[in-house]
Amino acid sequence: MMHFLLLFSRQGKLRLQKWFTPVTDREKKKVIRDMTAMVLARPARSSNFLQWRDLKIVYKRYASLYFCTGLEDQDNELLALEVLHRYVELLDKYFGNVCELDIIFNFEKAYFILDEFLMGGEILETSKEVVGVSMEAGDILQETMEEYMSKPAY
Amino acid sequence: MPAPIRLRELIRTIRTARTQAEEREMIQKECAAIRSSFREEDNTYRCRNVAKLLYMHMLGYPAHFGQLECLKLIASQKFTDKRIGYLGAMLLLDERQDVHLLMTNCIKNDLNHSTQYVQGLALCTLGCMGSSEMCRDLAGEVEKLLKTSNSYLRKKAALCAVHVIRKVPELMEMFLPATKNLLSEKNHGVLHTSVVLLTEMCERSPDMLAHFRKLVPQLVRILKNLIMSGYSPEHDVSGISDPFLQVRILRLLRILGKSDDDSSEAMNDILAQVATNTETSKNVGNAILYETVLTIMDIKSESGLRVLAINILGRFLLNNDKNIRYVALTSLLKTVQTDHNAVQRHRSTIVDCLKDLDVSIKRRAMELSFALVNGNNIRGMMKELLYFLDSCDPEFKADCASGVFLAAEKYAPSKRWHIDTIMRVLTTAGSYVRDDSVPNLIQLITNSVEMHAYTVQRLYKALLDDISQQPLVQVASWCIGEYGDLLVSGQCEEEEPIQVTEDEVLDVLEGLLVSNLSTPVTRGYSLTAIMKLSTRFSGVNRIKKVVSVYGSSIDVELQQRAVEYNALFKKYDHMRPALLERMPIMEKTATNGPTEIIQTNGETEPSAVEPKHPPPVTQPANQANDLLDLLGGNDVVPVIQTTMPTKPASAGGELLDLLGDLSLTGAPAPAPAPSSQPPFLLDGLSSQPLFNDIAAAAIPPMTAYNKNGLKIDFTFERANPNPNIAVITIHASNSTEADMTDFVFQAAVPKTFQLQLLSPSSNVVPALNQGSVTQVIRVLNPQKLRMRIKLTYTHKGSPVQDLAETAALELHGKQQSI
Repeated sequence: MMHFLLLFSRQGKLRLQKWFTPVTDREKKKVIRDMTAMVLARPARSSNFLQWRDLKIVYKRYASLYFCTGLEDQDNELLALEVLHRYVELLDKYFGNVCELDIIFNFEKAYFILDEFLMGGEILETSKEVVGVSMEAGDILQETMEEYMSKPAY
Repeated sequence: MPAPIRLRELIRTIRTARTQAEEREMIQKECAAIRSSFREEDNTYRCRNVAKLLYMHMLGYPAHFGQLECLKLIASQKFTDKRIGYLGAMLLLDERQDVHLLMTNCIKNDLNHSTQYVQGLALCTLGCMGSSEMCRDLAGEVEKLLKTSNSYLRKKAALCAVHVIRKVPELMEMFLPATKNLLSEKNHGVLHTSVVLLTEMCERSPDMLAHFRKLVPQLVRILKNLIMSGYSPEHDVSGISDPFLQVRILRLLRILGKSDDDSSEAMNDILAQVATNTETSKNVGNAILYETVLTIMDIKSESGLRVLAINILGRFLLNNDKNIRYVALTSLLKTVQTDHNAVQRHRSTIVDCLKDLDVSIKRRAMELSFALVNGNNIRGMMKELLYFLDSCDPEFKADCASGVFLAAEKYAPSKRWHIDTIMRVLTTAGSYVRDDSVPNLIQLITNSVEMHAYTVQRLYKALLDDISQQPLVQVASWCIGEYGDLLVSGQCEEEEPIQVTEDEVLDVLEGLLVSNLSTPVTRGYSLTAIMKLSTRFSGVNRIKKVVSVYGSSIDVELQQRAVEYNALFKKYDHMRPALLERMPIMEKTATNGPTEIIQTNGETEPSAVEPKHPPPVTQPANQANDLLDLLGGNDVVPVIQTTMPTKPASAGGELLDLLGDLSLTGAPAPAPAPSSQPPFLLDGLSSQPLFNDIAAAAIPPMTAYNKNGLKIDFTFERANPNPNIAVITIHASNSTEADMTDFVFQAAVPKTFQLQLLSPSSNVVPALNQGSVTQVIRVLNPQKLRMRIKLTYTHKGSPVQDLAETAALELHGKQQSI
């Protein structure tokens, strides 16, 4: 299973953090610090895999964002790259040519999409369409409320 | 009270802050507003405020005061509230806070909600951060949802169940009935999560594993459909249909097929199919191949399939993509123990990976290279590894140096090579070697007696070049102290001897004492070395001066030593030669553990005023000692059946050519006097020759040993062309019911004879006299030969050892029977 999924910018600013194991706040901060330091220090043409403590770290850079995840020993690193890629595709489909700003201003949507794709560190749905349909339905439910309230939800 | 600003407004505002302080100010202001809003129990804008709080939390600011508000949002009826509430719960709460338990009831209600998306939210939250208590309370609900026909809920329930099982393994049984028809689903989401659930159950319980083995055919069928089916746009990734599901199924098959022949056989075909048909141009295909290889290596696959797997890894190694090379090296490292020979074939590629620019790949390649070193390739591999040591990053040097030492110790083809290799490591990576390498090297040097002159010469030359690497300097000063006389007399055989005077040597050692680069430990080594030279060099006055100067050194350790050495010169001069003479060979207990020679700066402690050291033993003290002791004293030369560092350890039990190795005295000792002969097995038989015929080299066979069912017969013949060599063939047979394995025959003869023991035909003596082990002994200068034999073997599981002696064998014709 994946232990965590982090998104951070080239300047080390955190854009999304998903933890699949119970971790204290202090520990979370340490992991984030370590990951950003290690990943940002990697030279351009290196492999996407690292060893950190007893986890395999897989990271991939998309434009200005680094997607970084920690795997257990028996997980498939090459497939993890595909998982990260699939998440980016889902974001791209939802936002239409997604960029970092989309994720900054709509971080809660990024979380919602993630929660339709992964759960408990494992893949929940392998079809892009199904995730898209679930997101649409959820958004419609929200909008219904908005219309009812006749003011924006948040 | 004006409406609180909207989330996106806040984000925009905060991003305009130019300094950290400005940002902090804005955030504090907003937090205060939010806090007062929470106090007023404002239902309308709670959702907005919590969302803003979550954003600020992501920036790193404390947000704990929003925890209860999340719970209130979850309890709300509005979907929007619930969505943000559950998100907040997942981000701000965890099982450490008691507050989270308040969620349980809400989640329970939501699990039974009419809207599936609300149910989904509840399952998601439970499945991500549910504590053990929550899981216990809600497992029943999850189990119910696992049986629903709604695929959206079913897949979420499956992963939620996985989380429950991880938290509370005892609840696993509860989910068993629901798994019955999980695999007959068509929906890929449900299939995938079901496979994950099954995997988790099989990993945790051997009973479950046995129970689910019957699913192997079904899994194979699903996998086959995935591969054979045409293009399915919904699940396609670069031409491969649902790679995520494929990999997960392969992983489950791996677990099911491990140590089970039937299951492994059932999946052989599909594995071969996947291995050969998968597209390798994109990462996706390689991910599937990687998982397939891991599965093939773990189950009881047939050898053809295993070879296919290793070849795939070999192809991976040549791939341009660094990730794939990394993954190949990692997998090869896992398989190198079990399929050593197959991996050896790719050795040159692996060694090339040492030169890769990527740090992760270099590390893996280094680990794998060390695993591949053996007696045959040691020279070539060591060259590459030393080159790597020269040029690698400092983070690798320590591990590489340790690895080189270990490999050299195990497989060194010759002592000179071993010493050269260690010297090379010390000169190139001297500051990174482990602390215990100095005593280990010293011990190794003392053991290689014939290399002393060569070693000290090389170390001296290295010192002239560079005195900054402390381990090298320490070893060098110790050696110069011990063998300085060899250095000055220019006795080196292995290479051109250098001309060094005593003064020059003392210059170097004194230079170490004063240099800023030397650590206190190094200074201690050099002072002692100088002291030792007082017995080996002629000019003692200079040494006396140095020692007395350091009697007032600030360094307490040096001062103490100097004072004691001074005392040695003054009051105990008669003891000085004895105390400072050559060190004997040191015993080694284990290769890596702490050796007994921890005080191995090789010094004597004059304060202890010990008696004379035992005279140096020039033979390596190993198992030979046993036979030596038993034959009573030094008049017997042992035949050693150990693997010495001078010979490659490729075949176990390889015997030494005694004639080449041990130093026998030139002049043959007089034939043993009758009075000193140890008692024979049967005494007092008349020396009635059975055959008088010398010319016909037919000496009748005799039984040398017959005990506990093991019988050893000797047959004799004379070797052509040298009539002075008698060839004895031993035949070992076993009349018991159990085989005797690990059979080892050793023999010792008096010094007047020379004996050569060739390799045995095997080391298993089959039971019930079904066969015998033969071994040839060649004896030079045979007269009345008496031989002590030692037998070791394993019988019915327990090791047996025995000693015996043959009677005097008169190998030129006459002999006594026993």
